[in-house]
Amino acid sequence: MIATAGNKGKDVRSDCQVSLEIRQEGGRELVLESKVERLYGRQIRAQIHAILDFFDLEHVSLHLDDSGAVPLVIAARIEAAIRKLIKTDKEFLPEQLPQNMQVTLRDRHRFSRLYLPGNSPKLMLNAGIHYPDGIILDLEDSVAPDRKFEAAFLVRNALRAIDFYGAERMVRINQVPAGLNDIEFVAPHGLNLILVPKVEEAGQIHQVNEKIEAVRKEKGFKQPIWLMPIIESALGVVNAYAIASAAPNVVALAVGLEDYTADIGARRTNEAWESFYARSSVVNAARAAGIQPIDSVFSDVDDMEALANNVKISKSLGFDGMGCIHPRQIAVIHENFAPNPAEIDKAKKIVLAFEDAGKKGLGVVSLGSKMIDPPVVKRALKTIQLAVGRGLLDHDWMVNEQQ
Amino acid sequence: MKKYDNLVTNAAGRIVPTIINGEEHVPFMGVGKYKPTGRKHAPSIASCADYPADGNKLVPDLKEALILAGIRDGITISTHHHFRDGDLIANQIFDIAHELGIKNLRWFPSASFSCHKQLIKYLEDGTINRIEGSMNGPLGRFCSEGKMQGIGILRSHGGRYQAVQDGEVKIDIAVIAAPTADAFGNANGVNGPAACGSLGFALADSQYADKVIVVTDNLVPFPCIPWQIHGNFVDYTVVVDQVGLPEKIVSGTTQVTRSPDRLLLAEMTARLCEEAGLIHDGFSYQAGAGGTALSIGIYFSEILKRNNWKARFIRAGSNKYPVAMLEEGLVDYILDGQTFDLEGVRSMRDNPGHVSTSPFTSYNYHGKGNFAGMVDVVILGATEVDVHFNANVVTHSDGYLLHGIGGWQNCLFGKTVILPIPLFRDRIPVILDEVTTICGPGDLIDVIVTERGIAINPKRTDLFEKLKGSKLPIKTIQELKAEAEAICGKPDKPRLGDEIVAAIKWVDGTVIDVVRRVLD
Repeated sequence: MIATAGNKGKDVRSDCQVSLEIRQEGGRELVLESKVERLYGRQIRAQIHAILDFFDLEHVSLHLDDSGAVPLVIAARIEAAIRKLIKTDKEFLPEQLPQNMQVTLRDRHRFSRLYLPGNSPKLMLNAGIHYPDGIILDLEDSVAPDRKFEAAFLVRNALRAIDFYGAERMVRINQVPAGLNDIEFVAPHGLNLILVPKVEEAGQIHQVNEKIEAVRKEKGFKQPIWLMPIIESALGVVNAYAIASAAPNVVALAVGLEDYTADIGARRTNEAWESFYARSSVVNAARAAGIQPIDSVFSDVDDMEALANNVKISKSLGFDGMGCIHPRQIAVIHENFAPNPAEIDKAKKIVLAFEDAGKKGLGVVSLGSKMIDPPVVKRALKTIQLAVGRGLLDHDWMVNEQQ
Repeated sequence: MKKYDNLVTNAAGRIVPTIINGEEHVPFMGVGKYKPTGRKHAPSIASCADYPADGNKLVPDLKEALILAGIRDGITISTHHHFRDGDLIANQIFDIAHELGIKNLRWFPSASFSCHKQLIKYLEDGTINRIEGSMNGPLGRFCSEGKMQGIGILRSHGGRYQAVQDGEVKIDIAVIAAPTADAFGNANGVNGPAACGSLGFALADSQYADKVIVVTDNLVPFPCIPWQIHGNFVDYTVVVDQVGLPEKIVSGTTQVTRSPDRLLLAEMTARLCEEAGLIHDGFSYQAGAGGTALSIGIYFSEILKRNNWKARFIRAGSNKYPVAMLEEGLVDYILDGQTFDLEGVRSMRDNPGHVSTSPFTSYNYHGKGNFAGMVDVVILGATEVDVHFNANVVTHSDGYLLHGIGGWQNCLFGKTVILPIPLFRDRIPVILDEVTTICGPGDLIDVIVTERGIAINPKRTDLFEKLKGSKLPIKTIQELKAEAEAICGKPDKPRLGDEIVAAIKWVDGTVIDVVRRVLD
């Protein structure tokens, strides 16, 4: 039997395709066709042998058609082909970058999270340079069913060896229960957060957590893994609060509108009235559970103006972030979720008045002739915190302001 | 005759021959060091009494024109590349030469394109001895593999003018394909079905060649206005059905990039220019027609608008984007060396602010100055850069010669030269210990912008000063190199033979480097 993994062809870049046959005798027959042959041919051959050695494969016919794949991609493709043919628990892991062992805080900003199809290495390599708050290596809808097996190896290797420059490293697993298997592949490799798609009840979150703990026990990793369930159905909306409060590691609740609108029998429109209830319910459920509400993606990647409007509406509904499917959307999302200069200015005045009242021992905060209620102060503090966090305001702005 | 001889080490540290194709050449001595003396080359004296009094220089076809012009073994025939990949004339010249049994020609194009790949058979059978001019794609590959009989010589646009002017290259017959011409030989590129804008690359050929043939598919009654090429230089005119394929003259690559990574490069470059104070009211810039460079132009125009500034001139390669800036009043002039789309052609024809230039005005080493040095910001590409900021534009890291120099070397004399390039392409890092081929010395290259960081030439202390406190990711070039190698692995050195297949000229006519044969 011949197993293949990966992609080749005229338009394929940064990927490779492996065809592998395991034989009983005859040694290793390797054929390498690579566009970087003259510069990397020797190293690629050495890598192939190292992987075959690792899996104790002495007699194979292996054909590698390489379109400039980096080592972690070549390794993932060869391992996927091997493990289609032999049953083994051995994993050929690329070295883990120290920055990919970084854990993330539960309340970090999650304005943007960039979806990366889990079987497309080219898009992964440079995802971090656009500085999204998070990247999502997607094993679900963006991967064809017959490619899900090989994608898991690529996603695992990417989690270990691609530098995403500080983005929170997320994986969207497949729908539970099938998605539970994905957890074995990705959880032990410095993963920060799992997006759980099409969640309809709290029990699914419990299943995910049980699986994480089982893998944790078996593989012995320490880092916390946060969860972001995605509500994508009418039933999910109804159960939103139960889902949001299902476990302490649920840090955000996202809404997926493409499936939701289909589920309620509506069409997705630009005005988005059909999903108003769902979006508001998700915001409300998330806030009630003390976690971040996150909006759906905006799919017209060419219309930045419409995206900006969309983000403004999203923010006004109470969302803390949204997904993106193209790197150019990141800056627009950040700019419009972040407090604008007028908001920062107003917040500064309120916080200063609050500080001033505290110093003077006054119970009531006032700005000019206007009394300020505690929730307003709280919101201003949050705005300031966001502005400082996004680098829009100096850490010691108050000191500078009071001088 | 040996193809080359007398190897010496030049001022760039490269081993180069001083005898190439039997002719003497000077090794690179350093920037601005070589200054030949004596008189410029001149064509033989012509007398108008020898030409038709009615000004009608038409001959029936190109073959007859070539025979009348004295086509014979071993001469030099020149063409221009304003039709880019849509050129229909150069191939015909050598079909005729082959038919006439002529051998050993030197083809001296301002550049060759993929459409000229059928000339490989004439390079093989000895009709053409060698190409002296940029070799793109298949011809470059042919040369790289050591299959060309003579040694290729690559020159910049300015270097080509220099070589013609100081007699390094004596053109016997110049064939100038023209979108519009009159029977006297006046010609332009702004009208006609094959309109291509400027004909600037053919100017030297018209002035210095022994015999000049103008070929057109759009004959107009005298006078052909504007006369970018003057009939007074022209010996014969020929009318053909078609000189070029319009859809290939207008290059498909002249679109703003949609790649998010390239847009990021463009954005970082524009930000750097703004933060370093390189953009100001009355500034000037050069940006090519590549997707990233075009996007940089768009960011520049946003910066100009935001500050209510106006640029004085854009040095181009023009197309619809600089034309839009000209028409919006964001710039006073486009000084245009080649025109990449029909918007550029229209603008050059109709707008006095859109000026056709030639390598003489912009790049020529033997002029009493040229305006390349007056350009404030120059945006260029490169296939490779090394840790000394030397750059390569002609060969790839695997050793293959695949691109021409164009105006690249000439533009290096701009005040601030910036190369926005991806840190790696596929798996191949762009920053190396040593470039495969030196086309431009690091002294003239100021900034490398990559998607993962910006390296500034340590000599530009003023830029470091201005960018103090900037949030731009400024790194050393070694740091950038290490970053690429961490992702891609360090590439092996490609196996190259000792045999030299082409020489790279510096703008002054000296040999800055050579290309060696690629081994299988």
